[in-house]
Amino acid sequence: MSSSTLERSTGARPDLALPPLLSVEGLTKRYRSGDRVLEVLRGVDCELATGEFVAVVGQSGSGKSTLLHLMGLLDAADSGSVHLAGRRIDNLPGKERDRLRNTDIGMVFQAYHLLPELTALENVLAPLMVRHGIFAWFSVRAEAKRRATELLEQFGLGGRLQHKPRQLSGGEMQRVAIARALVGNPRLLLADEPTGNLDAETGAGILDVLCSLNRSAGLSIVLVTHDASIARRADRTVRLTAGRVETAH
Amino acid sequence: MYKLLLCWRYLRTRWIALASVVSVTLGVATMIVVNAVMAGFSHEMQTRIHGILSDLVFESHSLSGFQDPQWHMEEIRRAGGDDIEGMTPTVAVPAMLNFQIRGQWITRQVMLIGIDEATHASVSDFGRYLQHPANREQLSFDLRDGGYDTVDSQAGSGDPTRPALEAAGWPHRRMRVERERLWREKLDADQAAADALAGAAAEGPGNPVRPVDQQVDAVLAATASTTVSPLPEGEGTPAHDVASEQSSAMKDPFKAARPQEEGTRMDPAKEQFTGVVPGIGLASFRDSNGMDRFLTLPGDDVKITFPTAGTPPKAVSDTFTIVDFYESKMSEYDSNFVFVPIAALQRMRGMIDPHSGLVSVNSIQIKLRDGANLDEVRDRLRKAFPADLYAVASWRDKQGPLLAAVDMEMAVLNILLFLIIAVAGFGILAIFFMIVVEKTRDIGILKSLGARANGIAGIFLGYGLFLGIVGAGVGLALGLSIAMNINTIRIGVEWLTGERVFDPSIYYFFKIPTIIDPVTVTWIVAGAVGIAVASSVLPALRAARLHPVEALRHE
Repeated sequence: MSSSTLERSTGARPDLALPPLLSVEGLTKRYRSGDRVLEVLRGVDCELATGEFVAVVGQSGSGKSTLLHLMGLLDAADSGSVHLAGRRIDNLPGKERDRLRNTDIGMVFQAYHLLPELTALENVLAPLMVRHGIFAWFSVRAEAKRRATELLEQFGLGGRLQHKPRQLSGGEMQRVAIARALVGNPRLLLADEPTGNLDAETGAGILDVLCSLNRSAGLSIVLVTHDASIARRADRTVRLTAGRVETAH
Repeated sequence: MYKLLLCWRYLRTRWIALASVVSVTLGVATMIVVNAVMAGFSHEMQTRIHGILSDLVFESHSLSGFQDPQWHMEEIRRAGGDDIEGMTPTVAVPAMLNFQIRGQWITRQVMLIGIDEATHASVSDFGRYLQHPANREQLSFDLRDGGYDTVDSQAGSGDPTRPALEAAGWPHRRMRVERERLWREKLDADQAAADALAGAAAEGPGNPVRPVDQQVDAVLAATASTTVSPLPEGEGTPAHDVASEQSSAMKDPFKAARPQEEGTRMDPAKEQFTGVVPGIGLASFRDSNGMDRFLTLPGDDVKITFPTAGTPPKAVSDTFTIVDFYESKMSEYDSNFVFVPIAALQRMRGMIDPHSGLVSVNSIQIKLRDGANLDEVRDRLRKAFPADLYAVASWRDKQGPLLAAVDMEMAVLNILLFLIIAVAGFGILAIFFMIVVEKTRDIGILKSLGARANGIAGIFLGYGLFLGIVGAGVGLALGLSIAMNINTIRIGVEWLTGERVFDPSIYYFFKIPTIIDPVTVTWIVAGAVGIAVASSVLPALRAARLHPVEALRHE
C-alpha cells in the first residue's frame, strides 16, 4: 500500500477497447426547496472503463457528490440513465438496486460512515451480513471473517480488529471503510472525498491504498475530490462545473 | 444477520429503551395479579352460589306449590332424559325466625326451606357445609350428642375459631334446661315465699288450687304428643328426674293454665322439637380476630313463623330445635336460608291433601350429569311445561345479576389495566422515534451497503419485539410470584403497617383466593408483546423510508 504513488504504469490499462464498465448519459437532477428549484446536474455524460481510475473534480456544489450518489444508486436521477457493464441499472426495482449496491459497488465516504456500535471487524463484515440471511450467515461466517481479517491486516489494522470506530484515528477509520467497501468483491469503488477529513500525510496514505488497489487488483474507481493534486493521481479527470461536464482529460 | 447484531448492540447501548418497558412490566404484573385474585374470588363465589343451589330449579309461581311431586319428577325425567342425574322436592317459603338471646326474643326474616334429608345431598353440596362431621356424611335432623367442629372445616387451617361449638348438641341442651330449671325454681321459691307471706296475712295457710293443678299436669304429661322426636338411644343421662321438673311446675299455679306448643308436654332435656338447620350467619358473627361468636347453638330452640298453604295464607308458628348450622360462605345464603325437614313443613303448612294423601311442593331441585348443557336442558324443560304454571331457572339465572356484575367488573378492570400497557406502548413509540433519529446516519450507511428497507424496519421491529419480550417476561415472573405468594405478602404488609389488609370477617375467607389461568396469562403476555411491537411499527417504517442520501448527510 505504500508503493510509490506518482509512478504510473501507462502500459496495459485501462482497457478502452472493452465496453465501459460504467456509463452515465444525460443525467439531470433537481432539488426543490420551497419555491426554488436547484438544478444540480444538467445532463452529465461520462464513462468509466474497466480498471480505470477516474477523478471527478469540481467546486463545492458543482454536483459531483450527487453524480456519485446516482452512480451508486443511492439516489434517483430525474432523467438520464446509468449503465453498469452494459446493463441499465437506474430503473431496476428497488430490491435489485439494493442487491447491486451490495455486490457490485463499494462506497467510501468523506466522513467514513462506520457503524459506531460495531467493531472494526464487524464493520467490515457488515456488507456480507447484509448479503446473507441469518441462517446462510453461519455457513459463510468463517470464510467471511477470514477475508475481512485479511483485508484489515493488509491495510495495517491487524491489531485493531476488535476496536470500536471511536477508538480509531481518522486514517484508520477510512482504511476500515475501504476494507468494508472491498470485502464483497465489488466491480466498482465509488469514493466521495475520502481524504477530505484527513491531514495531508494520512490522506496521501489513503490515496496510496486506492492507487495500489487500482493498479494491482484492477479495481475500477471513481473518486470525487475538489483537490486537483489528488485528481492528478487518477488516470483521467472529469471536471464538473455547474452540473455539466466541462472537459474530459 | 446484521439485523440481529445491530438489534443486540442497540439493546446493549440504549438502556433508556429498557426504562420504557418498565411500565410494560408493571402492567403485565398487575394484570396477572388482578386477574388471578378476581378469578379466585369469582370462583369461590360461584362455588358458594352453586353449592346451595342445584343446577336447575323447577318451581311453581305460587307458594302453595303443586301437587304430586313424584309425577312431576317423572315428567321432568322424560323431558330431560339422560342429562338428569338427581332430583329432590323442596318447599321454600318466606318465614320469621325467632330466637332468644339473654332472655330477649329477636326476630329475623328468613327463607324457610323444607328439604328431603335423604335425597337433598344428591343434588347440591349442601351437606358439605354442615358443622357436624356425621351430618356432612348424611344429614340428620336429630340433634347430635356433641362433636361439632370447632375448626372451620373449609378453611383448611388448624386453628379452632369456634370454641363455642365444643359444647353444642345435647350437652348444651341439657345444661340450658338445667339452668332454666334452677332459675325457675329460684323464682318459684321466691314467689312461694311471697305467696305464703301474703296468704298468711289474708286467708291463712294452704293453697286450695294446688291439687287441681297436679291432676291437670298429670293428664297432660300422659298425653304427650308423638310428634316429639324421641331421644336417641343411649344418649343423654337424666341430670334430674322428671318428678322434680313436674313438682317445680306444680309450684307455679299459672303454669298449667299456659298453653303449650301444639298442646304437647315434653322433657326438653331428653327430647327435641323438629330439627332445623339455620345458616351460620343468622346465628353468629365473626369478630375482628377472626373468631366466630355464636348467638345461639345447636340444642337451642327457636320459633319459626311461616304462612300456611291455601288462600289467604295464615301465619302459623312452631318450635324447632337447632341441630346444626350450614356455612356456604356466601353471606346472602348464610344469613337467609333455614332448612327443615320437608315432611314436617308440608304437614304444618297443610300441604298434604287429607283425601288423596298427595303432598304438594313448590319446587324441585334438579342436578344434571357432568358435562350436560345447563341452558339447553333448561330450555327443554321450559318447552315441556306450561310457563304460566311453572318456572325453570338455572343457578346462573338465579344469580344472574351478581355473576354479570362480577364479569363486567373484571372486563372493565382488564380494559383499564390494558390501557396502562397501551400507555407504555406510547413511551416505546416516543423513545423509538428518538432512536431512529439518532441512528439516521447508520440507517443511511446500511442502505448504502445494500440493506433493504424491510431489513431496516426489521431491526426496529425486532428491537421492539425483544423489549416487549423482556418487559412482559419480567412482568410475568413478577406477576406470578406475587399471585402465588399473595397471602405471604399480605401477612408481610399487615406486619409492616399494622393495618388489617384482608379482613376475614368481611370476606368469610381465611386467605385471598387466587386462580392463575394459563389462557389469561398467555393473552396478557401476548398482548403486551404485541403492543411493544405495534408501537415500534411507526418508527420502523420511518426508518425504512429514510432517503439514503439524506440519511447519510444527517448530522
